[in-house]
Amino acid sequence: MSDRPNRKPEIGSFFQRDRAWHPPAYAPGYKTSVLRSPQKALLSLDNTISEITGPVFGHAILGELDNDLIHNFAKPGESAIGERIIVHGRVLDERGRPVPGALLEFWQANAGGRYRHRKETYLAPLDPNFGGCGRTITDEDGGYRFRTIRPGAYPWPNGPNDWRPAHIHFSIFGHGFAQRLITQMYFEGDPMIWRCPIVSTIPDKRAVEQLIAPLDMANTIPMDARAYKFDIVLRGRRSTLFENRLEGN
Amino acid sequence: MVQQLDLLKETPSQTAGPYVHIGLTPNFATIPSVYDADLGNSMLTEKTAGERITIQGRVIDGGGSPLRDALVEIWQADANGLYNSPAEMRGTADPHFTGWGRCPTDADTGVYSFETIKPGRAPFKDGRLMAPHVTFWIVARGINIGLHTRMYLGDEDKANAEDPLLARIEHPHRRATLIAARDGNVYTFDIHLQGERETVFLDI
Repeated sequence: MSDRPNRKPEIGSFFQRDRAWHPPAYAPGYKTSVLRSPQKALLSLDNTISEITGPVFGHAILGELDNDLIHNFAKPGESAIGERIIVHGRVLDERGRPVPGALLEFWQANAGGRYRHRKETYLAPLDPNFGGCGRTITDEDGGYRFRTIRPGAYPWPNGPNDWRPAHIHFSIFGHGFAQRLITQMYFEGDPMIWRCPIVSTIPDKRAVEQLIAPLDMANTIPMDARAYKFDIVLRGRRSTLFENRLEGN
Repeated sequence: MVQQLDLLKETPSQTAGPYVHIGLTPNFATIPSVYDADLGNSMLTEKTAGERITIQGRVIDGGGSPLRDALVEIWQADANGLYNSPAEMRGTADPHFTGWGRCPTDADTGVYSFETIKPGRAPFKDGRLMAPHVTFWIVARGINIGLHTRMYLGDEDKANAEDPLLARIEHPHRRATLIAARDGNVYTFDIHLQGERETVFLDI
């Protein structure tokens, strides 16, 4: 929690979350949600100091290869197998303003669709040079980027023949604990997106489309890696009256 | 047509899935060597001010089974009721206390555990003091959007009785779902996702 950036803190409470835009807790097409979904109404309350505040993560926590999944688990001189890509974008709030200093953590399967996890049973092989985790912190413009390989699709026990589309999991820490978010990024053009029971927990097609990263040839590195752009929007804050001035505008 | 408000939509949530540990606690997931330590596994140093406590519990599904693949994060004030955050305008929090912890539930028992300090009281929006509490956020396979709730302390009856959030809970018997019993220095806070004892979750 060091090297705290020198910028004016935002202290307003967050806009109410649009629960119709998010997946509902109970979504029976995704069977595991049936016993893991609260059934009673949530208690609604305006943010207090406990939700407006949140921890800060300094760049000091980051290692040199944290944002390079091709190399951060690989033996010296080797690299992960798969289609080399760059994932980049910006973290914004609902007002369209950049969120600097946001901690992004990401994890994914390898190019064959296999996770490095003791509970994973898919027959696709592990890649000895691929761990599957990475992290970064957004810059002053809310921008981020990392290198990885494009993950594979894989089957999972839900329906008898359900497959996850290729995806990267994202965990995002903004400035307030109420902004805490976990989501998944999908890839433009993948026909598996629209067949996935987890994607389909999201009721609105436009909301699903917000999770699909387009191919971004302008940010490709020729002869090295293609790029996909994935912007993330966190909850925005209300302006607060503070000494008769509107803060946060 | 009227002018547009130009507000963006929040990125929709998706489940953390069964392999959340790969991303958030890779050392726990037996992927060593990428990070030195898992973030949030230590909230304290020996210099931290305040009474040492342990918070532990399980996350229990509608069938009565503890989740063995969940991840719990907590966020709390220091011993003086101040948050270690730039948005804390009331003073400077204890620099030796992060206030934030992250813990996976045990792969066999489903138990999570935090070594922390007893939080002080912080004010509600209208200036009344809230009872000391710890904010919880729970994610797992089958949870489509992270669940927010709060743990209050079982040895703080007087403060709990005047807490504005607890007072907002319509059915008094449900307040008990947020209050952790104390035994020695250990508070036990089981989170029930469904059923008679379903925990009060917050839209906050």
